[in-house]
Parts: sequence; structure tokens; C-alpha cells
Amino acid sequence: MSGMLIAIVSLTLIGLALGSILGVAARKFAVKEDPLEEELKAMMPGSQCGQCGYVGCAQYAGALAKGEAAITLCAPGGKVLIEALSEKLGIEADLSGMEDKGPEHAYIIEDICIGCTRCIRECSTDAIMGANKLMHTIIVDACHGCSKCVKVCPTDAIVMVQYPVTLANWHWSKPEIENTEPKPEIVPAH
Amino acid sequence: MKLFPIRGGIHPEYRKDLTSEQAIVVMPMPAALYIPLQQHIGAPAEILVAEGDLVKKGQMIARNQGAVSASQHAPTSGRIKSVAEVAAPHPSGLPQKTIILEPDGKDEWADLPAPIADPFAASPHEIHERVAQSGIVGMGGAAFPSAVKLNLGTQKKLETLLLNGAECEPYLTCDDRVMREYADEVIDGARIMAHALGTPRVVIGIEENKPQAIEIMTRAAAAFPNVEIAAVPVQYPMGSERHLVQAITGRETPARKLTADLGVVVHNVATARAVHHAVRFGRPLVARVVTVSGSAIRKPSNVMTPIGTLVADLVEFCGGFSARPESVVNGGPMMGQPLPSLDVPVVKGTSGILALTAEEINGSPTSACIRCGSCVTVCPCGLSPVDMAAFIRKDNLDVAAKLGVMDCFSCGSCSYVCPSHIPLVHYFNYAKGVLRELENDRRKNERIKTLAEVRTIRIEKATEAKRAALAARKPASDAAPSGNAGEAKATTEEKANA
Amino acid sequence: MKKSGPFAHGISSVQRTMFLVLLALTPATVFNLYLFGWPAILLFIITVGACLAVEAACLVLAGKPVVATLADCSALLTGWLLAMSLPPWAPWWIGVLAAIFAIALAKHTFGGIGQNLFNPAMVGRTVMLISFPVAMTVWVAPHPLFSAGAPGLAEAFAITFGGNIPDTMSAASALGYIKTELSRGIPVTQSITQMPDLMDMTLGYRAGSMGETSALLILAGGLFLMWKRIISWHIPASMLGSLFLIAALFHAIDPARFTSGTFHLLSGATFLGAFFIATDYVTSPVSKSGQIIFGVGVGLLTWSIRNFAGYPEGVAFAVLLMNSLTPIIDQYTRPRAFGRTRKGEPLPLEGKP
Repeated sequence: MSGMLIAIVSLTLIGLALGSILGVAARKFAVKEDPLEEELKAMMPGSQCGQCGYVGCAQYAGALAKGEAAITLCAPGGKVLIEALSEKLGIEADLSGMEDKGPEHAYIIEDICIGCTRCIRECSTDAIMGANKLMHTIIVDACHGCSKCVKVCPTDAIVMVQYPVTLANWHWSKPEIENTEPKPEIVPAH
Repeated sequence: MKLFPIRGGIHPEYRKDLTSEQAIVVMPMPAALYIPLQQHIGAPAEILVAEGDLVKKGQMIARNQGAVSASQHAPTSGRIKSVAEVAAPHPSGLPQKTIILEPDGKDEWADLPAPIADPFAASPHEIHERVAQSGIVGMGGAAFPSAVKLNLGTQKKLETLLLNGAECEPYLTCDDRVMREYADEVIDGARIMAHALGTPRVVIGIEENKPQAIEIMTRAAAAFPNVEIAAVPVQYPMGSERHLVQAITGRETPARKLTADLGVVVHNVATARAVHHAVRFGRPLVARVVTVSGSAIRKPSNVMTPIGTLVADLVEFCGGFSARPESVVNGGPMMGQPLPSLDVPVVKGTSGILALTAEEINGSPTSACIRCGSCVTVCPCGLSPVDMAAFIRKDNLDVAAKLGVMDCFSCGSCSYVCPSHIPLVHYFNYAKGVLRELENDRRKNERIKTLAEVRTIRIEKATEAKRAALAARKPASDAAPSGNAGEAKATTEEKANA
Repeated sequence: MKKSGPFAHGISSVQRTMFLVLLALTPATVFNLYLFGWPAILLFIITVGACLAVEAACLVLAGKPVVATLADCSALLTGWLLAMSLPPWAPWWIGVLAAIFAIALAKHTFGGIGQNLFNPAMVGRTVMLISFPVAMTVWVAPHPLFSAGAPGLAEAFAITFGGNIPDTMSAASALGYIKTELSRGIPVTQSITQMPDLMDMTLGYRAGSMGETSALLILAGGLFLMWKRIISWHIPASMLGSLFLIAALFHAIDPARFTSGTFHLLSGATFLGAFFIATDYVTSPVSKSGQIIFGVGVGLLTWSIRNFAGYPEGVAFAVLLMNSLTPIIDQYTRPRAFGRTRKGEPLPLEGKP
């Protein structure tokens, strides 16, 4: 009987001692959490286009930090952003729902453009060149496909188009081997 | 000369005997020549001619845009038929802007720049200018503008000009024949380049499986004490710039640095010959030797081909196909690119056209990796293909990048030895392409973020300025607030808050 | 799909590798089947057959192509090695159960060929040894086919399917005998005189599993594989070397307690382990330096287990223990990249001109 008592008491004491050490360590050496939302916001493109369904990039970041939003919602951010968010938040990116569209940029159909400058004022990255009553054109290098301009054009002269594959941006696609599970692959067009 | 070993590598079936004893034959001018504006690394050349223009042989028809670019010259005299998008000799088959020239049969030279009488008295700058003017690019296949490489003497202290006569790929014998038949021209070109670079020493590395070339080149170099011939061991990829430098000097070029940082500049032997022609005769680069080989070719040969000849015409000149080729490859079988069709032109970097049968390619369906480690043993870059390919297969490209996939130069040794026939190089080409693209996207996203921020700041400033202006004017215009100003203020405020 | 290069390939293939390994094993196998007679032949056929059957069943369950995968001969090789490591006159159910554990548990639950962490044949054998220690340690002295006293085919059926080994035929393996005698207090120097001499052990005339019995033929097979570049010298040399050295060292310190280096090399499944089991591609490290570490580990562990652990034979356990370390060995013995330091940073430009 006394043997059992000794065993119970000693193990209990050991457990209490180790538990307190862990508790103190958890408090004393705790890593201060950086405000996640601020960091996520910094990663966003910042064009406030609203394609994710939230009012602006800050709101999307907030929802992500709370774990309320999927990480695949940002179209202008593209695959790069999804992967960065995946790494930051430790969430697996479910790319199966994404359309295989690939990145796009805006294109102004010159025959229809009336030179009203509404798109120029709307564009959040100053990617449209033009002036009142003069032809407008998209600076493709500065356009990240948020498509806000498409919505404000009164004559529907703007469309979203994919980046063409040229010798400069072509690359080999992933080798297809039999007996591997087919993965929905986002093959960027540009 | 003391040589040093290189790591890894393979000893494939060379099959050079198909063409090594064939002297260079000159191909007659085909019916049309297709000269792409970009046959090199760097910016495409700027076109100088238009449809209908009559040009003479060697006339510049497109000028280099900037330093890292090269000019194009008419390979023969004739008429510019058109400028069109023609399929590039590239696995994608994508088109590129190409000048189509119809030969007039007269093959008349244009007025060429005067020969440089004594190149060794000329300034390095003069030689650099002449090489740039002549459209010379690296003819080993990389096609880097040679003039840029010749300028390195001004930026770094250089010790050795290393001529790459290794030709380590199976089947290819064009450099071998050039060395055997034009040894004096190669040596002369080498000495001119050495003078331009300021290197006291010239070494010409030739693999031991070319004994005649070694002998002939040694005799040709005998008169020049600063030119040495180094017989390097037969090992693929001895022709890789960094590995050849290691074999000759024992030093490894640090990652992301040039061999020039070690004081060595590497050029191909055919490039040296082209420099000789440019400097001594003022002739630009308008033709090159191409090895047409493979067991599906009726008459394998080494052909002096005008730049812009269609591969179809070249193959026909060599007797056409004697069997159905499984693949037609541009270059050697290890690092060469598959051609989508025969209607693509021969360009300055085309060292070989191979028509290979399925037997020669020896492919097989892929099976599971058995972790034999052969790929790790043969990788000349000290990478771990087994691990990189496994991560790439599972779409984990970041880990593959950490394992060093961007260091891979796609030599193909790993794929050659893999018992499971896993397309390792294909995985790495894919990964490198995607990683480069993601890096471009990342940079673009950052630039765009800056644009968005700059715009936000500008609009805030404008709003502030308007507010200040209105506040200043307020007492005066109290009675009549302008409707327009109010509307404009509302929209800009809206935007600033977005 | 467009295929990227290269457009050339060497002669290596999985079929060729497997074929050469089986070829290298054949002399030793045939000799041993002759040595142990019909029961051994029956057990061999049952074990190999069971491995193939289990492999086929697992492939069907996994939805993979059955004939194409069986054609790579990996299950055949596993069965062969497994049969070589079982007691030659063991009952049929030992072979079948071992096959199930080897193929279904050690190989397919991990994902099939190339994915297993542990050597399947060794897993099969070890599970059997721990679960059925008696059946797995009934050794017999060699009774060559057609010799007097050897069981005929009919008797063999009784032995294999009935499980009755006549008492007159059982014998102890060398390692087992030494260990038992030591536990009885009889020093090695004395018990070793009861053992077949070293020449007999090399040639194979002694009790033990089929893989244990012919060091010479196994060695010949191993050297053949090295010549054909199927395996490299690193693992066999480091395993045999470390085993010999530590055994010799301790034998010199206390000959009464520890047997000599040569004895260790020639007894048990040492040669089979060194050339055919530890060199298994999937479960050994990929880099050469990693392989040396692996081999040294197997050698040292084999010796320790043989001398200090409860079982007389240590190769199987040693191999399994080192298998569990293979991933971490691989991670730390990656080769140095060209132009970079071991840490991955670009090399410094020494003496920049």
C-alpha cells in the first residue's frame, strides 16, 4: 500500500513541477504575435477592385486574418499571392474551384472608345494613357487585371484579354505521367 | 598541361563516326532564305530593309538594338521578298518576325568594311566594334553576342582565353571538322580575340576523341608560344563552359558569377573562325557548318549552310530521310530542342540537325522512382535530381528551388541514366520556367503596388490642395458655392477613401 | 504532350537491374535448394508465389495496372530474398504470412514501389521472428537432395504442410549455438570447437537459413553486381569492414566472450545482408557518403545485436534500424552544389584579379 502511495505522490509532484515549468515558459518566452491583419494587408495589390467580394483590400485582409475568407479570392494577386497567403496562413490552396483563366489585362477596343476619361480616373494603378476626346490605351505593364475600368466604361469599349504566349514567355509544361492523380493545373497564359 | 577532374557526367554512345570523316560540303543556295530578327540572346535586331529591296551578300539588313543584341546580314545577294511571322526553330513552334530573302543566284558581296590590316596593333575597341558590326554570336549554341564578351577585358582583369573545342554532345562533328580543315583560321581568330581581351594566354580545349583535330591544331599553334592545346578527357558535359574552365584551371566558377570573374573567357572555335573572317576580310557571319546526322538521315554530312536555310532544304540536300524519324532535334541529342516541323530556318546557333529513330532515342514509358541514386552520382552540378523531381511532381516548387533547381543547366545526364525513364530534365525545365515566371509576376506585383500607392498619395494631395484653396477662397465666394467644385470634391474624396 | 530532351538514354532500366540481381542470387539459391532438399524447394515456391499473389491483390485494390507492375520483378525479388532468410524447412504458413507482411504492410501501405521506408523482406522476416520465435528458429543441418537421409518429395510435403520436422534432423545455427552456450557459461573458445570449421561455413555446409549458408557464392554474386555497376562498393565495404573491425577489436580484448571478426563475417546472413539486403535502393541513402554512414551503422548494429541482444542474428534488425535513419542521412549528406559552399552560398571569389 505504501509503495503505491509513494508512486502516486511522486508522480503527481513531478507532473505539477513540469507543468508549472511549462506554464511559466509559455508566458515568459512567448513570441509576440505580429498583427496578422497588417501583414496581410501589405501583401495585397492595393487596387481596391472589389473582385474578392469585400469592399477593399483592407477588408479582405481582415477577413483572412479572422479565417473567414478563402485565400483564392484575389484575381489581380494571382497565383503568386495565393501561394504567399498559403504559406503565411498555413492553409492549403484549393485551386480546384478556380477557373483556368490565367492572368488577364484590360484592352480598349479603339473603334468604340469615345475618349471620356472615366476609365483613366478609375484605374487604381494609372495604367491607362489618354486625355479628353483623345484615344485611350492600356499600358499593359502597369495593368494587373482588377477590371474596375471595364465596369465604368459607358460604351463597353474595354474587355479583359489573356496575355499572349510569345517566344519570350513560353515555358515547358509539366510532364504528364500515367498513374498520377490528375491535378487541376493553372497554366498561366503569360 | 595539368588538367583537373570534373564531377559526375556520363559517357554516352557518341556515334560521331556517322559524320566525323565527312569533309565539310557547301550547300547550294536554296530557293528562299528565312532570316529571323532574333537569333541570339538579347534584344531582337531592328529591321533596316523593306519588301522589294535589293540587297547584296553581307549587307546589314537588321541592326542590333543596344549592346546585348546582334545584327543580321544578307547571306547572299537577292531581293527581300517579305517580312513575315515565321515559325521559329523552337519547340513551341511560335512565330517570330523573319526577313524572307529570294536569292538572285549571283551571290555578289556588298561593299564590305575594310580589313583591319594589323589586328594586333589595333585597339581592343576597334576589334570589338568590328565583331559587333559583323553580327557574330556564340556559335556553340548559346548564341550570346560575342562583342559583349569581347568587351570584358575593359571590366575585369583577364588571364586566359579558353576556346571550347570539346564538342561533347554525341553525333555533332561540326567543330571537329572546322578545326581539322580550318585550323589556321581558328588560331588566328583566337589570337585576335585574345588581343582584344588582353589575355596573355590562349588555351584550346579539345576532347581526346578527336585525335586528328588535336594533332592539326597543335601543329597550327606551334608557331605561337602563348597558344596551347589541351587534350581534355572524353566526358559529357565537358563542353559546358564552367566545367571546361574547371578542367583547365581547377577552379569552380562561383554561382551567379561569370567565368570572367576567374579571369577566363570562353568562346567556341567556330566563333573564333568567324572573328578571323570579320577582322581579316570584313565579312560578316552569313553561313555556318551544321552536322546533319542520325540514323534516319540518308547521307549524314557536315554542311556549310547559309543562315536562313530551311531545315527541310538542308535535310533534302543530305538525301532526305531514310527512315521515319521519331524526333528531329536542333542541336545535340542531350541538350537539343525538338523541332515542331521542318519548315523552320537554320540560325547562327544551330550546330546540328539530328533525325533520330525510336531505337536511337531508346525511350520507355516512365515508371516509379526506385531511389537508386544514379542521378545524384552523375549530376555535374552536384544537385539531387531525385529529390527535386519528387517535389516538383507534387507541385512544391519552392522546396525544389531551395534544393537548387535554378542551378541546373539541363545537361540531361540524370535523365540519361534513370532506370525508370523518368523525364527528369523535363521536370526541371518546367520548374525553372514556372519559377522564373513567378519571379517576374512578383516583381510586377511590387511595381504595381508602388503605382497604386503613388496614385493614392497624389489624389490625397490634390484633395488637400483643393480643400486648402476652397478654405482660402471661402470668405470671398461664400455667396456662390460652385456646383461643379462640390461634385468634383465629392468624387475625389470618394476615391481617396477607397 | 511535347517531350523535352534528352533524346538519348543509357542501357539502364528497372527490368535489367532486377534481372541482374536475380541472376547474381541464382548460384547461391540453387546450391542451397540442393543442400536443403525438397522442403526448401517447396517453401521457396510458396513464399515467392505468395509474394506475387499479395502484390497482385494490392495492385488490384489500388487500381494500378497489375501485369505491367508485376513485370518489374520487384515482388519476385522480395519473395526470393524473403525465402532465403527463412528457415528452409519452415511450414508453409510462415512463408505466406511473411509474404503478406512484407508486401502488403511494408510495401503497399507506404505507397508501393519506391515509397517504402523499410526493407520489405526484412520486415516480413522480423515480424515472423517476433511472432513465431520457435518456428523461426528451427534450423536443420544440410540434407542434400537425393542423398541418404534426405526427405523425398512426399516426406517434404509432410514437412512443409504438416510442420513436422523430425527431431533427428534439427540442428542449431552457428550464432545460435554460441549464444546459447555463452548463456550456459561456456566460453566461446570452447563452444567454437563444436562448430563447423570456417571452410565449411564459407562453402555452406552448415545449418542456417538459405541465405546464411553459402558465403562464397553470395560473395561471387555480390562482386558480379558490382562489376555490372548495379551496386557500388560503398555499402558492402563499409558494413563488412565495420563489422569485422569491431568484432576483431572485442575478440582481441576478451576472446572467451567474443567471437572473432572472421567468424562474424562468415556466419549468419552477413554476406547476403551486405550485398543484397542493405544495398536495396529504395531504403538506403542516395549519396555515396550517406551510403558509407549507412553501411557502418548496419555493421556496428549487427555486431551489437548479435552479442548483447536477445536474438542471435542481428542483420535484419540492424538493416531495419538503419532504414529508419535513411531519410535523415539523405538530408544531411546531399552533395555540394557546383560553385557553392556546403551551406548553399555562392563560393567566394578567392584572389579576385
